[in-house]
Amino acid sequence: MSRHPPELTRRRFLGTAAGAGGTVLLALTLPSFGGGQKPGARAASSQLNAWLTIGADNSITVIVDRSEMGQGVYTALPMLLVEELEISLDAVTVVAAPVGDAYVNVGNGGQVTGTSNSVQDAWEKLRLAGAQARTMLVAAAAGRWGVDPGLCHVRNGSIAGPAGKTVTYGDVAAAAAKLPVPKGVKLKPRSDFQMIGKPRLRTDSASKVDGSAEFGIDVKLPGLLYAALAQCPVLGGKVSALDSAAAEAMPGVRKVIVTDGGVVIVAEHFWQALSARNALKVTWDPGGNAHLDNAAIRAMLEAASGGQGLPARSDGDAVNVLKSAKRSLHSVYEVPLLAHAPMEPMNCTADVKPAACDLYVGTQVQQSAQAAAATAAGLNPAQVRVFTTLLGGGFGRRLEVDFIPAAVIASKAVGAPVKLIWTREDDMSHCTYRPPAREEVRGGLDAEGRLIAWSLHITSPSITARASPSTADPFDSVVEAALNCPYAVPNFALTYTRREIGIDVGYMRSVSHAPNCFVIESFMDELAAAAGKDPVEFRLGLLAAKPRHAHVLRTVAERAGWGLPKPGRHQGLAFMEGYSTRIAQVAEISVEAGQVKVHKITCVVDCGQMVNPRIVESQIESGIVFGLTAALWGEVTLAGGRVQQTNFNSYRLLRGNEMPELDVHLVESDAAPGGIGESAVPPVAPAICNAIFAATGKRLRALPIARSLAGALGKS
Amino acid sequence: MTKLKVNNRLVDTDAAPDTPLLWVLRDHLEMTGTKFGCGMALCGACTVHLDGAAVRSCVLPLSAVAGRAITTIEGLSSDRSHAVQKAWLEIDVPQCGYCQSGQIMSAAALLDRNPNPSDAEIDAAMSGNLCRCGTYPRIRKAIHRAAELQRAGGPQGADVRRGAGGGTVEAVRK
Repeated sequence: MSRHPPELTRRRFLGTAAGAGGTVLLALTLPSFGGGQKPGARAASSQLNAWLTIGADNSITVIVDRSEMGQGVYTALPMLLVEELEISLDAVTVVAAPVGDAYVNVGNGGQVTGTSNSVQDAWEKLRLAGAQARTMLVAAAAGRWGVDPGLCHVRNGSIAGPAGKTVTYGDVAAAAAKLPVPKGVKLKPRSDFQMIGKPRLRTDSASKVDGSAEFGIDVKLPGLLYAALAQCPVLGGKVSALDSAAAEAMPGVRKVIVTDGGVVIVAEHFWQALSARNALKVTWDPGGNAHLDNAAIRAMLEAASGGQGLPARSDGDAVNVLKSAKRSLHSVYEVPLLAHAPMEPMNCTADVKPAACDLYVGTQVQQSAQAAAATAAGLNPAQVRVFTTLLGGGFGRRLEVDFIPAAVIASKAVGAPVKLIWTREDDMSHCTYRPPAREEVRGGLDAEGRLIAWSLHITSPSITARASPSTADPFDSVVEAALNCPYAVPNFALTYTRREIGIDVGYMRSVSHAPNCFVIESFMDELAAAAGKDPVEFRLGLLAAKPRHAHVLRTVAERAGWGLPKPGRHQGLAFMEGYSTRIAQVAEISVEAGQVKVHKITCVVDCGQMVNPRIVESQIESGIVFGLTAALWGEVTLAGGRVQQTNFNSYRLLRGNEMPELDVHLVESDAAPGGIGESAVPPVAPAICNAIFAATGKRLRALPIARSLAGALGKS
Repeated sequence: MTKLKVNNRLVDTDAAPDTPLLWVLRDHLEMTGTKFGCGMALCGACTVHLDGAAVRSCVLPLSAVAGRAITTIEGLSSDRSHAVQKAWLEIDVPQCGYCQSGQIMSAAALLDRNPNPSDAEIDAAMSGNLCRCGTYPRIRKAIHRAAELQRAGGPQGADVRRGAGGGTVEAVRK
């Protein structure tokens, strides 16, 4: 933690103000709906930096530059800033940032909410923003009184000077905003934290229990029209011919437009647009995927996996040591396509005017959304304002902007704001799916049963090649977790073969970590069994130089009663390092009538310094639930290039009555913060599969478990 | 014109009789707290009360609800003072929040007919409400807590959220 915090320079602040400040202030003065406060009535406010404005009435607004999709950034990020500003979180109003250079997430190379790094990115930046603003406010007060700033003290939004003088932040905000940004401001030591590390209620809960929370689908504008989109049922296909006469004659229908993405129907109300969609007579050109199915995809990956692959990591000489090892194992693991299925289907509201476009959208990528809208509207990006709403789940699906252009095109065509909504079926059948992967793994043990060699060859389509073509790194989206495999294996080889499968694949919560952790942790279990060692001890033997990892493993074993499951139940373990977080889970299961029942998951997490343990805990619970759905049932299948899952009756999500008992334990730590949004997902599948092995002797090497287990038990 | 009674208010709507109640509420009456999730009564995001019982508004045509009493999340209380809302805030249930209106309406209907539900009764009543964020453990805790609050008549005057450290989130509006 010795790294000096980056200085928020005046140039950077001005850059923000010039590029986006107008939008910020505009957002602040827009009338609110349902949130209680009416900012339109608020006194003039001053912008202290890119993340903070203070009104003359002492109203304090924190601008959050990450999208709130349930992970708690509208709470955790303001907590960082107010820790240094010395005000209560209660006093803060949170607004979403516009597009702006200051809001770039350095780790993600853009204004992107993803890779579980919002807190890591904000950790020093927002504390520094708070500290600099506080210093400027004190300097302004001291200047007004003609005293040394060192004689002034701040407390809860007020500044006290000598001789009983006091002012509020609001009183001096305008003067403070004119001062230069101070250099060398020191941040509080951890021992002085009043806010950080303490459980706090979320800032967004109130609006989420009374229906006033505004998601993209809830946006209301004067004269708003609604649109539905008909997309080619075969992925990648497009419109060949259209007869829209019947649809256009239906009540409320304003316009039918053919776009690259399909046919847009604009109507006065959404149900009218949807009804008219059913009356369209579209002839589709299915494109190249008319015969694509799961068997074809599997065959593509298998055929491609015969090559050498691109080396991603090579320690020692895995190939030769595997040949000479006392004992060697070889397995192939497979993971399927998955859909994100956030509860809020994709939607976007666009309001295109002659030289401007306003976009209201739940997005994880403000700059990409802006660029996509600009292209669709024929405008420059600077002419597009992006208003980020709350996201009804992101999970990586809202890193895509495929649902934006049709709304923009429709708004431009009808000269009115248009809200385009995908149905659940649209969402399920036109997702950017989590890529399938074939993971071939080899391990070598010496005479004492020590792991001395490991090779892993992953064959999968690339996400990054499509989503971020300028990125030079060909590996990150597919092998990242395996690249950071923490076990000390002297001979370690990781290779990757990219094999495209004809459809777009995308980033899904715990991107490479879930497939990588599945193969690594399942195979560790295979190796431990082959070595005749306990799975916890076997792993600990490979983590001797990593005390935080070992502590997490030991703690999970202790809390779960490792080795002592309840009668009729069986345990399995999985561990992962990812997002700078160490996490371990023990699943306790039984297998009855050919089906697995997960009774309990014990989870221990060391994510470094926590900002809000209450949210950390909820994110861990969340990741486990997401992981359970994926592990047990998650699978998207194709037939004739069409996705066969259409809604929640054919794409099964875990329900409340199916919840296992959870025991989540958070390790106190003052290490640098790690990520928590995704880290709990990956260990779930291997922990359950390892428990199934303990219960049945059957090793499941393909997900989802429901299908694999039926196959494994059917063979016996 | 169809007459509806929504949150104790009589309203007229010119929506077509086959329009699902969900879209009448959302598009015609601009009450967007009730959410669209699946359109097939599979996820519960659209749950409202019809004559006091929890129903899925996405599959209920307007023609079937004319003249009947409808309660939406906006009508559960005017100030988040319903026991279920208080418990939800105290336990801090929501994550993304999208499914929560439906969860709360299902929970409120459950507590209306069963003031002290067991875990199994909660599971049975709530299994039709999906949450992709996985707030299930907190939902169960919050329903037990709401039952306690309801039995006690509810804590008086305590604004749980403000008192315990939340701020507010402002919609980005034009």
